[in-house]
Amino acid sequence: MSESIIEESILSRPTYGTLKIVPGLAHYFLADASGAECVIRVVQELPRDMMDKVHILYVPTPGEAALITSLYALGANRFEHFPTIEEAVGKLGEWLSDAKMGTQLYLAGTEGLVGQGVAKGEECGLDHTAVQCEHRGSLARRVQCVHCKTMIEDVTTQPVKCPSCELLLFVRDHYSRRLAAFQGVCINAEDPTEEIEIKEVFK
Amino acid sequence: MSASDHLIPVVVSNVVEVNPIIKRFEFKHVNGDELPAFSGGAHIVVEMLDDGTKRKNPYSLMSSPFERDQYAISVRRDDTGRGGSKFMHEQVRPGMEMKISAPVNLFSLDLRAKKHLMIAGGIGITPFIAQMAQADKLGVPFELHYAARSVSQAAYMDSLADRFGDHVSCYCDDQGEGVDFETLLSSQPLGTHVYVCGPKGMIERVVETATHLGWPAAHVHFEHFLAPPVGEPFEVHLVKAGIDITVGAEQSLLEAVEASGTPINCMCRGGACGQCETAVVACDGEIMHNDHWLDEEQRASKQLIMPCVSRFRGKRLELDL
Ligand SMILES: Cc1cc2nc3c(=O)[nH]c(=O)nc-3n(C[C@H](O)[C@H](O)[C@H](O)COP(=O)(O)OP(=O)(O)OC[C@H]3O[C@@H](n4cnc5c(N)ncnc54)[C@H](O)[C@@H]3O)c2cc1C
Ligand code: FES
Repeated sequence: MSESIIEESILSRPTYGTLKIVPGLAHYFLADASGAECVIRVVQELPRDMMDKVHILYVPTPGEAALITSLYALGANRFEHFPTIEEAVGKLGEWLSDAKMGTQLYLAGTEGLVGQGVAKGEECGLDHTAVQCEHRGSLARRVQCVHCKTMIEDVTTQPVKCPSCELLLFVRDHYSRRLAAFQGVCINAEDPTEEIEIKEVFK
Repeated sequence: MSASDHLIPVVVSNVVEVNPIIKRFEFKHVNGDELPAFSGGAHIVVEMLDDGTKRKNPYSLMSSPFERDQYAISVRRDDTGRGGSKFMHEQVRPGMEMKISAPVNLFSLDLRAKKHLMIAGGIGITPFIAQMAQADKLGVPFELHYAARSVSQAAYMDSLADRFGDHVSCYCDDQGEGVDFETLLSSQPLGTHVYVCGPKGMIERVVETATHLGWPAAHVHFEHFLAPPVGEPFEVHLVKAGIDITVGAEQSLLEAVEASGTPINCMCRGGACGQCETAVVACDGEIMHNDHWLDEEQRASKQLIMPCVSRFRGKRLELDL
């Protein structure tokens, strides 16, 4: 396989910054275990009387409790944790459906969590300037197989085999905000027998 | 090219005294043709031939964007002004022929909004009347908060409340009522856009409060009914034309340039659209920037001026015109 399949990073590839509290009527946080420390870092700095405006959703890694305790101890107006990103994002949607203009959303953690948080914020009417993202932890990607539409979570290899249609997919930098997923396109369509080395690249 | 290059000949079809300080003027095309399409928030420039002086004032269209057979504007009489609004009030009668520009919109509804929150002060109500007709027809939720000095000066307050019911809240200073911006802007659902048109102080308070509450700038819209301020007369050298002109005390720089026959772009004539932006070739003195277009850095550079509203004081000003 030639080098040519390595694309230059393109516009739809999300970029991330560092969370920073900005003026707002309410501050919503969504993080997973790798992003928890970002939430703690910025929320700790807030004056006590602002905690009423803070709402935190958290997706811990199974079995882990220390970060749950630390996040709880921040004293936010609401703090809830969920075993999966889907459930936490679903809750975020519920919360945002009652939220008012002036709401700020802060996302911290893996690309999958951040991407789904961004998509939910947009769906609920949040302007993109009211959403901040900080990327932490694994670069594992959420990939959609463009052929059978299966979502493949935590993809770390290039290429990746679709668990559903079994095509070998090249994981593009092309990112769909709506789906919060990178696009996986068959890499050896012309010659399915072509041998391609699978490498760990998104760590 | 400027919007006022292609003037539309109209006939005044109706003049209505709305209250002691506000009159409504309705225009039809002289040939009975359809007038150009516009969207809520648009304004036209009305040309007035006042005893040898040509005046051009912008006025917001208040008629429904879905009615193209006539336009309506409402003009507040301003006795301290240079006479444009006074001319409209005293000289303009039904049957008179006038010229207007095609509509221009610098204050349109953002069609992505899930809700439109409109805040009007005094005569600033006019653009919202057209916008409400539009939002109502499109079925997008909207709310108008309309404040006026007194019940007697509150143009259209009753008819709007009748027509749009719960969508309209009214406040009169003389009844001790006022809009609580903090509460209002703290209770809007996500996806709301806010629009404000009224006195400078009101616009400033809305913009400041929204910003402080964390509203994204893209969701906050405003329009100033800015009139060109008067001042001391001053001299200007127009480099390309190779002439010197004098801007009179009650004339704007834009008007003086136009009077000299030198081509210049313009659209809003109120320091908002950016069309008249002109490069400064030399400046020995101080530019009084009165526009809402240039940023602080551009102002400080003394390399740009907005002739529709800005003036000059000093030894010499040369413009790239
Ligand atoms: C986009 C836009 C939309 C507008 N829509 C409307 C509308 O729908 N209805 C409406 O009524 N107006 C509207 N206006 C304002 C309108 O264009 C005029 O500015 C207004 O009618 C006053 O015109 P004028 O010629 O009487 O006075 P202008 O000469 O324009 O003067 C207005 C103000 O300038 C100052 N001024 C002028 N001359 C003097 C002087 N010699 N001494 C002291 N102060 C002076 C005063 O403060 C005076 O109140 C709009 C303006 C803009 C930019
Ligand atoms: S004409 Fe619009 S800014 Fe001057």
